[in-house]
Amino acid sequence: MRRLTLSHLDELEAESIHIIREVAAEMAKPVMLYSIGKDSGAMLHLARKAFAPAPIPFPLLHVDTTWKFRAMIELRERMATETGVEMLVWTNDDGVREGASPFSLGTQRYTHVMKTVALRQALDHYGFDAAFGGARRDEEKSRAKERVFSFRDRSHQWDPKNQRPELWNLYNGRTRKGESIRVFPLSNWTELDVWLYIHRESIPIVPLYLAAPRPVVRRDGALIMVDDARLPLEPGETPETLRVRFRTLGCYPLTGAIESDADSVPKIIEEMIASHQSERQGRIIDYDEAGSMEEKKREGYF
Amino acid sequence: MTDILTRYESRDTLRFLTCGSVDDGKSTLIGRMLYDSGAAYDDQLDAARRATRKRGAFDGDLDFSFLVDGLEAEREQGITIDVAWRYFSTARRNFIIADTPGHVQYTRNMATGASHCNLAVILVDARLGVLPQTRRHAFVASLLGIRHLVVAVNKMDAVDWSEESFDAIRAEVSDFAARLQYSDLEFVPVSALRGDNVVHRSERMPWYEGRPLLDLLENVHVASDANLIDFRLPVQLVLRASTASRAYAGTIASGVIRTGDRVAVLPSMRETRVVSIAAPGGPIDEAHAPMAVAMTLADEVDVSRGDVLAPPNNVPELTRELEAMVVWMSERTAARGGDYMLKQGTAQVPATLAEIRYRTNVDTLRREDASQLALNEIGRVRIEASRALAIDPYARNRATGAFILIDRITNETAGAGMIIARETALHASSHRVAIDARTNVHAKKALVSREEKALLTRQTPFVVWLTGLPRSGKSSIACALEKALYDRGMLTQVLDGENLRLGLSADLGFSLADRREAARRAAEAARLVCGLGAVAIVALVSPSAGDREAARQSLGELPFVEVFCDAPLEVCEARDSDHLFERARAGELFNVTGIDLPYERPEEPELVLATDRESVEDNVARVVKLLVQRGLVR
Repeated sequence: MRRLTLSHLDELEAESIHIIREVAAEMAKPVMLYSIGKDSGAMLHLARKAFAPAPIPFPLLHVDTTWKFRAMIELRERMATETGVEMLVWTNDDGVREGASPFSLGTQRYTHVMKTVALRQALDHYGFDAAFGGARRDEEKSRAKERVFSFRDRSHQWDPKNQRPELWNLYNGRTRKGESIRVFPLSNWTELDVWLYIHRESIPIVPLYLAAPRPVVRRDGALIMVDDARLPLEPGETPETLRVRFRTLGCYPLTGAIESDADSVPKIIEEMIASHQSERQGRIIDYDEAGSMEEKKREGYF
Repeated sequence: MTDILTRYESRDTLRFLTCGSVDDGKSTLIGRMLYDSGAAYDDQLDAARRATRKRGAFDGDLDFSFLVDGLEAEREQGITIDVAWRYFSTARRNFIIADTPGHVQYTRNMATGASHCNLAVILVDARLGVLPQTRRHAFVASLLGIRHLVVAVNKMDAVDWSEESFDAIRAEVSDFAARLQYSDLEFVPVSALRGDNVVHRSERMPWYEGRPLLDLLENVHVASDANLIDFRLPVQLVLRASTASRAYAGTIASGVIRTGDRVAVLPSMRETRVVSIAAPGGPIDEAHAPMAVAMTLADEVDVSRGDVLAPPNNVPELTRELEAMVVWMSERTAARGGDYMLKQGTAQVPATLAEIRYRTNVDTLRREDASQLALNEIGRVRIEASRALAIDPYARNRATGAFILIDRITNETAGAGMIIARETALHASSHRVAIDARTNVHAKKALVSREEKALLTRQTPFVVWLTGLPRSGKSSIACALEKALYDRGMLTQVLDGENLRLGLSADLGFSLADRREAARRAAEAARLVCGLGAVAIVALVSPSAGDREAARQSLGELPFVEVFCDAPLEVCEARDSDHLFERARAGELFNVTGIDLPYERPEEPELVLATDRESVEDNVARVVKLLVQRGLVR
């Protein structure tokens, strides 16, 4: 008998496309948050497939903290041109005026001002009622309980006591004016799934994911890349050139690199299958305090 | 390397549910599975070791339960956790675990998790044996359509690896699981703490010859659970490319479709043909569930979101009325007359909770009268939607047989519903054909009348119609009456409901509509019997007063004697030698008169027999006496 089953990648792909289409059909004004990372890249690719041959019926939004890696901004511009999708870029200008940086405010405060507040500003400004995010449940323990449709109140707060049960593929996106939902089409993907998919579909990624010689400094056990002259070097610190890559990408002063020889996607996958470290390890933002993700989510961070 | 990629890409996924409370060692079991299969990362293990040391109560360096975030902590903080999702994979398979808490009030969470899964792992503590919650878990998982159940009997180390303890639990669970809908039931004795039979085979239980838990999960065959027979595509949205053509996008809910196939659009029932199918990977000639596709159609038919595409010769039922089991998920109690938004497939329509038929007690599986359904309660309801929906029974199609009810005030998801078969589309269409045919048919006049034939049999043709609950004694009386009349030299024919279902009415089910048809056929058969100048004795539950009246009317001038076999339900249930009522009470059979289908007592029958108190002989004597009084029997 013929096997009429889907491989796990095809099944995940179908599920994500279903979610993206549901939002486009039921919500008044959706937006897709585009962080330029590998997950965002996979999500954008899925959105293109969901509506092909028609164009993606909603804009992309990048919340730019002004501290992103330069290579990220280059890929953002390239993808905007290639896909023809409307690319909105939002920066918290108040934060910029006040000179907000990871160094002046500390990571927690900085993230709040330049990411969380900026995102809220952007969503309010455009009046979006649904925002796609590329978060996955396997990323971090607190994400394991997140819904695909995550409900937010008028002030973008995530109320953990007021989330809707999700059964089958019947998503409840009903909101009142001012309320919104965050939608996570990649909920059931693992990091390995994303890489396998990027490989299979030849999805463009920021070159920083691939190992190359880069100038880094060692700081609190992490390898921080000197991406531009704004990184204040501490006394005795001199950048050294190491063969490194990044498992996740964010603001460069907050993102730790790992030493690696994986300079192609198959090699990354190979390395990951053999790896014994989770990807969140390089994210300084999670280490601030126990349960910090829960806190940030409540405030409206993704 | 290419090999690795191909292998990893082409593995399938098993989504399974774990249920049980922290005390059963569920977190430890999941943590152990992640650890022993190499799915836990070093930094996660370090964090778990730190947590183990901090807690200090554990006699080892790693408490595996810390690898998974306990649900209990959040519960104490008052956070609503319904399902915690875990991901891991082995060389054979990808696994997605829906981990649900196992406490009394968590029926809602279990239902939520189960709706995504093909298999359930239920934990039983070997020391405590089967608890009420074990039954509850097995029932809810079965109700949600899970067909594969694995019972992990944990803490075998604490019962000295005792085969007897394991066997006792296996016997007890097997017994009640047999009344549920599982096609596949497995038992594994494990010690999550020590790692026995989780990933690696235990050497301490040589008496167990089966596979370790992970081995079972890697090899269970769930592909055949998918419905690949009934093609259904609930349309999500209409895509308009720059060209004039439209593509209809959606996820195939069930079945297979090929280019060139004919499809009907529901509810309009307009027919057309599939021209092209676009899958995520490009155009294809054949697609199946659960692929996300976009199809173009041959004709300019009106198709919009909420419509369903299906083969013209196999369409879902189109109805505004739904019979369903619902799991209630809201603090706001469900009551008759409640208004909701109903989402089924891609359709979303206003709907009213028209009736609560009963509540199922999840501990006893008994049906209870109920006017309301509270949070975590399960009941059978009738729902009226504001427009017709294309539905299938949940038992046949999990995708088109499921719905959610959304509270129109709070917008919360208030209920989860599973549709019960009421009247199949096939019957609806055969009824339509029958009506169409009748318009051009005229009765032919016979040359020999019924009265003339009765001169040969020297008796008056008439109909005795015995009605009453199942097991109320109708058939016994029918047979004894036939004997009594035969002894008086009369020709009779018993038309017994159950016998008719073996032949004339073999195609009918037990829905109200099918019962109406069964009564109509019994009346028609009685007419033929009377046409021979004989007496027809019908023994049929015929619960609907309307159906019995229709039978009387259809027989026109033939004498019609309605006899009510009146025995209380308890008495009928006590006579339940073939477990009809028992299975109905267990939720295994539906539409059983007296249980979930009401019996309408005759208001003015010709005769009432107390079949619980009087003997069959006495009752038959009373019938004969009445027939004599009426001049039908000499």
